[in-house]
Amino acid sequence: MTVQTPPPMAGSTIEAAFSGRLGNFALDASFSVPARGVTGLFGPSGCGKTSVLRCAAGLNRLQGTFSIDGEVWQDDKTFRPTHRRPIGYVFQEASLFPHLSVRQNLLFGAPGRQPPSSATGTSFEEVIELLGIGDLLARSTSNLSGGERQRVAIGRALLSQPKLLLMDEPLSALDRQTKDGVLPFLERLHDRLAMPVLYVSHDIAEVERLADHLVLMQAGKVLAAGPLAELQADPNLPLAASREAVVSLDAVVESYDASFGLARLAVAGGHFEIPAAAGAPGTRRRIRIAAGDVSLTRRPPEGTTIINILPVRILSETPVGAHETLLVLRLGENGEGARLLSRVTRRSWHHLQLEVGQKLYAQIKGVALTPASAA
Amino acid sequence: MMSLRSLAAGLVVAAISLPASMAAAAETNVAVAANFTEAAKEIAAAFKEKTGDEAALSFGSTGQLYTQISQDAPFEVFLAADDERPAKAVSEGYAVEGSAFTYAIGKIVLWSTDADLVSGEDTLRSGDFNKISIANPTTAPYGAAAVETMKALGVYDDLEPKIVQGNNIAQAFQFVQTGNAELGFVALSQIAANSEGSRWEVPVDLYTPIKQDAVLLKKGEESAAAKAFLDFLKGPEAGAIIEKYGYGTAAGS
Amino acid sequence: MSVPELSSETLSAIRLTIELAAITTVILLLVGTPIAWWLARSKAWWKEAIATVVALPLVLPPTVLGFYLLVALGPSGPGGQIASLWGARTLAFTFEGLVIGSVIYSMPFVVQPIRNAFEAMGERPLEVAATLRASPLRTFWSVALPLARPGFLTGAVLGFAHTVGEFGVVLMIGGNIPGETKVLSVAIYDYVETLRWAEATVLAAGMVVFAFIVILTMTLIEKRVARPGK
Repeated sequence: MTVQTPPPMAGSTIEAAFSGRLGNFALDASFSVPARGVTGLFGPSGCGKTSVLRCAAGLNRLQGTFSIDGEVWQDDKTFRPTHRRPIGYVFQEASLFPHLSVRQNLLFGAPGRQPPSSATGTSFEEVIELLGIGDLLARSTSNLSGGERQRVAIGRALLSQPKLLLMDEPLSALDRQTKDGVLPFLERLHDRLAMPVLYVSHDIAEVERLADHLVLMQAGKVLAAGPLAELQADPNLPLAASREAVVSLDAVVESYDASFGLARLAVAGGHFEIPAAAGAPGTRRRIRIAAGDVSLTRRPPEGTTIINILPVRILSETPVGAHETLLVLRLGENGEGARLLSRVTRRSWHHLQLEVGQKLYAQIKGVALTPASAA
Repeated sequence: MMSLRSLAAGLVVAAISLPASMAAAAETNVAVAANFTEAAKEIAAAFKEKTGDEAALSFGSTGQLYTQISQDAPFEVFLAADDERPAKAVSEGYAVEGSAFTYAIGKIVLWSTDADLVSGEDTLRSGDFNKISIANPTTAPYGAAAVETMKALGVYDDLEPKIVQGNNIAQAFQFVQTGNAELGFVALSQIAANSEGSRWEVPVDLYTPIKQDAVLLKKGEESAAAKAFLDFLKGPEAGAIIEKYGYGTAAGS
Repeated sequence: MSVPELSSETLSAIRLTIELAAITTVILLLVGTPIAWWLARSKAWWKEAIATVVALPLVLPPTVLGFYLLVALGPSGPGGQIASLWGARTLAFTFEGLVIGSVIYSMPFVVQPIRNAFEAMGERPLEVAATLRASPLRTFWSVALPLARPGFLTGAVLGFAHTVGEFGVVLMIGGNIPGETKVLSVAIYDYVETLRWAEATVLAAGMVVFAFIVILTMTLIEKRVARPGK
């Protein structure tokens, strides 16, 4: 296993297209996402995201195609049965085998049912350490907590040495507290595993923390697919229009000012300073900025307590409701950087005589680091 | 299982007897041993034609019918397959003293579906077959008669390993009819109507007569129809029918 | 009450019964498992028709079943054709014939619990196994069978017990031959009919104890299955 994400092969993608009926439900979904990082399949309950995941695993069979890295698992002529697909699948409920111990569960899918070493792939020790399940190995599955069970299920999927990890709301059966306990493990997976992940969730907070790419689904169809931040900042999609609209930005720690406790992080087209220990220089972190926390001025303000003030350009303007409007901004003098959202009143838009393409300064009241993993 | 069956039989009896109890007096309920079914139907029809009275027939094994009679079943006449149960019905007080008589005498036949197999007692002496079927001699009179016959001919010890036992004479017949046993001792009444295969009617001096007795039950003591039916059963018209079905009669033998 | 010495005929009936029940149970586990699996997993609309056929011995009177078996085992049925291979004319009145009959009339008692166990485990464990690269065969052996183990225990116990207890069918196809087809239930019947009460009572008491152990075993198995946690 490589700790750093390897440079993606050119054109290395997951291509999925499924259509047909499952019971009373009609699915007609197709998308193409990079075969690296975490792709969130997000949408309301019953929108078909689990069906897509099951089709990708070969657990359900609909008309369509599925390929990863150019390797075809399904098309008009081929259909690889589930047990011939190099996947790991984590179900909503841990679904551990009750007749096997934790250790036997973990090794059920491992090649030769032997603990794999790092030479042959994801090593046993690594998974144990990553998921914190070393103490559970000899236990029977019947006396594990919900969180422990789900971590073992994830470990079991990883040890089968998958080329693609499929996760179907792995946290939804857990209570809030347990969920918060397991999420950091998932983030560590994201940071340290090279394999692509399709992650189904109806909880936007999970997706914001974990996903790099997003497939937005509604009523059996794909609304949009693309990089997370791009979809978050697309004014035509429901994410940006919602009152809780945020953008998630991938940032790299540049330096840390110990005298004021401020970390400086670089994102595409600008820098943010955040009052937190964000890690050593070079650490990759994800920050999140809410549309309601971004206000705009025509000139660089003076004498303000706000520390993050960045030049931006207006990319688009979309009225929302009776009195507000949603602006999509791009960071940088020439608007070449990452996108931000800003929600302002329509009166401000008119009084300041703002227009698309204009250069402005964004004052950002709050920048949140997504909760730190222990990496 | 047994109790379920007798419950079901009881229900059938109740169902049959219901209309009878509401009908005119010129009707009588008759309990008939199963082996006499076809003959009894024809006799009842002839009885109705002659007297206008109705004989409602209920069929069952002699043992079952006797149990029902002892449990107060509404039968007026009992046509048994043996002479023990009618005698017992009298001694236990279910039947009218002095009313029992032998209405039919069962005859056994050595029978095979193979037209060339059975020629006479020589067939038994040759022992040229794999299985010979008889009714269970400890429980069925026809089985006991078969064993008596073989012993009288001195072939029983040789044939014993080839004997298969049906639980009753109906099963012994099935073993032969389905070909599982090449031949067997069956009741003449079972094969009187067909001429297939080969048969040897066993001389009646080789075994104790299989008497089937009829008796007037206490419930029929006041019934003119019941008495008329029994009288008819003794008469020549009924006797002809009984002989036609392969039984002997006291008058005829 | 003094216990009478068991006659050699009785001992032979006991031995025969145990042999018959054991062989029948083994065959039923081998034959019944794929049937139960298919019934539990197939989506064919007509599978319940097959399930009904398997269940028929539950409701058919033994005499009906026995008569059909008698025909099937006889010279004009498939049994007779098999028997002709070694020069016999029928499978009736043989131990092998009893095994065939027992397999048929005890089948629902074995297939039903196994089918229930397969259905109770649901699709999920099988799907999980498939996602872990287990072939259908390995999934069956290392997931489905262990998870359905209580069903197999129940089925085996019921199949064995029912074979020991069956009477009507054996009576109809067995021909009551000592050492070959005269099993315990028939022996008891004969003792009762011939008024040998002492022997009948001993054997009947043995059957009561046997039935008690069977039902107790089943209850304990079910209790074990119902234990909390999975």
